[in-house]
Amino acid sequence: MSNWTRACGTDDIDNEDVIPVAIDGHDYAVYRSPDDDYFATDGHCTHEAFLLAEGLVMDNIIECPKHNGRFDYTTGEGKGAPICEDLRTYPVKVEGGSVYIDLG
Amino acid sequence: MATRQRRDYGLLGEDGRSAVEAGLANADWYRVPVERKRLKELMRRHDTTAIIHTVIWLGLIAGLGTLTVVTWLSWWTLLIAVPYGMLWALGGDSRCHEAGHGTAFRTRWMNDVVFQIGCFMTLREPLVRRWDHTRHHTDTIIVGRDREIIEERPPRVVHFVLLWTGLPMVVPQVWGMLRHSVGHIAEDEKQLIPESEWPKMLRQARIILAVHAGTIAVAIALGTILPLMLTSFATLYGAWAIFWVGLTQHVGLAEDVTDFRLNSRTVHMNPWLRFCYWNMHYHLEHHMYPMVPFHALKELHEEVRDQCPPTYRSTFQVYRAEIIPALRRQLKDPEYYIHRPLPDAA
Repeated sequence: MSNWTRACGTDDIDNEDVIPVAIDGHDYAVYRSPDDDYFATDGHCTHEAFLLAEGLVMDNIIECPKHNGRFDYTTGEGKGAPICEDLRTYPVKVEGGSVYIDLG
Repeated sequence: MATRQRRDYGLLGEDGRSAVEAGLANADWYRVPVERKRLKELMRRHDTTAIIHTVIWLGLIAGLGTLTVVTWLSWWTLLIAVPYGMLWALGGDSRCHEAGHGTAFRTRWMNDVVFQIGCFMTLREPLVRRWDHTRHHTDTIIVGRDREIIEERPPRVVHFVLLWTGLPMVVPQVWGMLRHSVGHIAEDEKQLIPESEWPKMLRQARIILAVHAGTIAVAIALGTILPLMLTSFATLYGAWAIFWVGLTQHVGLAEDVTDFRLNSRTVHMNPWLRFCYWNMHYHLEHHMYPMVPFHALKELHEEVRDQCPPTYRSTFQVYRAEIIPALRRQLKDPEYYIHRPLPDAA
């Protein structure tokens, strides 16, 4: 069952960047790709729970700021050590200048 | 004289358990705030600088290696061995470090290739190195959690003297490779490295040993140690340079704190050392923001310096003013360490 929740405005995120969003006490990371598409994942690295929104977005990769662990934020796939567990992703839609996440 | 018992610096000891109970494992560390927009500029990756550095670095190794062959067994060989050893051992160590973080190049495979080259030059297993260094960044100088603590308190005199030969670094590494090649994984490695990585680790050890065995076979076939002098022996005779700069990073400073300004140093160095060391003399800044590539660390230093302790003028200053006096004092008083002054506003 869908549970679309507003996360942020489309202009809140720079191109090729990420911001942290907290909804009901849970941290999410919301991304804007170089092609101006939006994506959302859990907010913390699966390695040692560091906040991903402080990391670096390059193309479709988010790099954790603590140990440089890398994920494809469009799929959640971990891209090698020290990442041993993929990142949970969430469906996203853009409506009326806002980014919505489906929290399911 | 203090009567503190020697602490257990191993990963399986009581101090490691105490660190976890005290909340020092995977703790929240203080970092001097840097505005997100500025930090993004500093973190920005590109390939050009690292490619230029790498070409010069490998070119110098090739050139000095050729000179070594040409002047072999003359006094010139000894003279050439100094810069060659520095480029091989310290250059390999720092390239392995920076490329291991994945920040030197924007292109991932370039980081991976240089990381593997650096590990080979320093006789390291890439996977072990990666997990050891990951822990070093999580729990920097936390006793019982960080295997990269070079010197303990009180200092081990024989170990400290031998450091300059490279043996305390190389012998355990080679022993580790041998163990892994026959499928043996130590208990502390099982704690450090996820089980899913073990098969890869064992495979890597066998490949690296085969390469080194090949070098030895070439030396035997040619009837000369020259191939070893240009490769694995260079790790040993260049190791002094790794430790000359490496000891300045943390030795003598506080243990078990969660503020890099208290346990890490930034030391100005001459251009040659900076080149060999790939700017890791900005070590405090590197620990605060490991995403910032080596070529942007000077700018990061300018951003945070007013919130950090004073920077040291040179490696000689650090040894003369702090490391040697601190180690001597710690022989008698293991509780002693250097308190770094923090700015009032910090």
